Amino acid sequence: MTNKGTKKTVITLFIVTVLMFGFGYAMVPLYDVFCKITGLNGKTIRVVESEVKEEYKTDRIVKIRFDSNINGDLPWKLKSNVKTMKVHPGKFYEATYVVENLYNGNVTGQAIPSVSPQIASLYFKKAECFCFINQLLKPGEVKEMVVRFEVDKDLPEDVTALTLSYTFFRAKKVAVN
Amino acid sequence: MSTLAQDTHHDHDHKPTGLKRWFFSTNHKDIGTLYLIFALTMFFVGGGMAMIIRAELFQPGLQFVDPQFYNSMVTIHALVMIFGAVMPAGVGLANWMIPLMIGAPDMALPRMNNMSFWILPFAFALLLSTIFMQGGGPAGGWTMYPPLVLQTGEAFPFLIFAIHFLGISSIMGAINIIATVFNMRAPGMSLMQMPLFVWTWVITSFLLIASLPVLAGAVTMLLTDKYFGTSFFNAAGGGDPVLFQHIFWFFGHPEVYILALPAFGIVSSIIPTFSRKPLFGYASMVYATASIAILSFFVWAHHMFTVGLPIKGELFFMYATMLIAVPTGVKVFNWVATMWKGAMTFETPMLFAIAFVILFTIGGFSGLMLGITPVDFQYHDTYFVVAHFHYVLLTGAVFALMAAVYYWLPKWTGYMYDERLGKIHFWLSTIAANVLFFPQHFLGLAGMPRRIPDYNIQFADFNMISSIGGFAYGLTQLLFVYIVIKCALGGKKSKAKSWEGARGLEWTVPSPAPFHTFETPPKIRKEMLENG
Repeated sequence: MTNKGTKKTVITLFIVTVLMFGFGYAMVPLYDVFCKITGLNGKTIRVVESEVKEEYKTDRIVKIRFDSNINGDLPWKLKSNVKTMKVHPGKFYEATYVVENLYNGNVTGQAIPSVSPQIASLYFKKAECFCFINQLLKPGEVKEMVVRFEVDKDLPEDVTALTLSYTFFRAKKVAVN
Repeated sequence: MSTLAQDTHHDHDHKPTGLKRWFFSTNHKDIGTLYLIFALTMFFVGGGMAMIIRAELFQPGLQFVDPQFYNSMVTIHALVMIFGAVMPAGVGLANWMIPLMIGAPDMALPRMNNMSFWILPFAFALLLSTIFMQGGGPAGGWTMYPPLVLQTGEAFPFLIFAIHFLGISSIMGAINIIATVFNMRAPGMSLMQMPLFVWTWVITSFLLIASLPVLAGAVTMLLTDKYFGTSFFNAAGGGDPVLFQHIFWFFGHPEVYILALPAFGIVSSIIPTFSRKPLFGYASMVYATASIAILSFFVWAHHMFTVGLPIKGELFFMYATMLIAVPTGVKVFNWVATMWKGAMTFETPMLFAIAFVILFTIGGFSGLMLGITPVDFQYHDTYFVVAHFHYVLLTGAVFALMAAVYYWLPKWTGYMYDERLGKIHFWLSTIAANVLFFPQHFLGLAGMPRRIPDYNIQFADFNMISSIGGFAYGLTQLLFVYIVIKCALGGKKSKAKSWEGARGLEWTVPSPAPFHTFETPPKIRKEMLENG
């Protein structure tokens, strides 16, 4: 019963099926690009401090809240040393977190940052961060960790406060943030 | 005449018997029957789970099952009803009716047809076996959102591979349908003369081919995230769990129309028959179906308004969602216009079809409400959503499937079903379904969350009413099985044209339809066609 036309239809449709399977995977990088443009998942930007010219107005103040979380399967404790900080957009600042390994053994963790509101994540730039690499903690070790950041001076005027949140996960592999 | 006699003789020679007939079948009617029986079985499996859910929700507090099991019932009920009942029932009808409707001797790829059916029992064996495993069945909801779904125990790989198999089965079925319709129509039948049921199935098939591979990709990513250390959805590795929701609903929304479009096709066949008028606005029906299908790929994020989308995104998806109401409105208008001033009679298929139009529209309206971003923040993940999708899926898709069974049963069995019992089945089903799902709108608006085995005491009364409706609906479906079996065994003989007002090629072959039909393509005259 299989005639020429049928064969052609089936081959075409099979190719479409394979392409759509690929499209599902293509959505992964597409989503990353989309997030970079929109700041959708709150991922922050990494900069080299020497390449950024500090330039700020002292009359503009933005409040930054520091938040910290630990993912369920990581036996750690994380705390920010300051709860809030008032900053001038365009100037670099440093904030510190304290992390403690409660487990009786070496554990590697990876901090994932997120900035809210989303729009602000496009303007939150980090020169130095403990989230850039995996952190190895020995049993019971307490470690102070630094994030050095700048809020871009072009931050939209209506954003007067933002939250920087870190979640520590058990490290699977090195993430690039 | 002598060729005809030879043909009949030929039929008897080549009809395999016994188990062989069913296991190795390449006959579109037999495979259609297998699909329909399988779907009905799964309808009762999924229905049994629904009964457990409604029994647990009969009163506040935990009565019968523990929360983990309850959640697995909710999850598997959805998967079974979507992939095991509604989709196979649709494919079964397509198998039975499409070759008959377009004057083809069989499906284009009969062996693949056999395979796409026989994958199903194995896929569901995989899925249902998880209930008995350590850690229980998948309980994170049918949407399988990570990271929750990654906590599934031993059931997890079974869930993923069951989804893969179901996807492969449906894609093969879809390819078969498109190949059949594009290449095997009887000479003289143009695309724009095909019955709307055939059209809706062609469009549904394209939706299946475009969306199911994406789901297959998404669940594969879940699998590699859990077992192979990838981080597609793992924030610790730089992934994003929300990405899964985007990929899932890119499949999930077209899936909604995969379930609904064949129902549109069925109703578009039945309403003209019992209104004794041709379908109003045939061409606009075809275009409306196609536009719904295309739009369905651009509205997925309306399932995710609360994940934190940019405001522009929320607006886009809200307006795109509203836009779907336009072609859907065209369809509802056309059905009503078909009935307008028609010489209507109200046999069971027509009753189900009319109930479909009314109740599906109610489901459509609650869908519009959910599509409004700001109010969705209130309705999201409440019983309002449950009420909405059961109106479109149960009183929508399932009612249309019931209508289809009553409508074509005489063609399949050669006997008329018991009209009195059919009507009783209809009225009990309609009343019960509304008692079951209408109060859930109120529960949702009052804030009762879905997928939770217990609830606040303030929701007790409506839940009890809903459960009573649920039990009534479940019991009523046993009557349906009785009616179908009774009809298959005997009754009043059906003529070739079972219904006075019916048109279309399927009514030109005898009832029951012989094992082989249209081995030589029929000579098509305009008055034979459903939409001449």
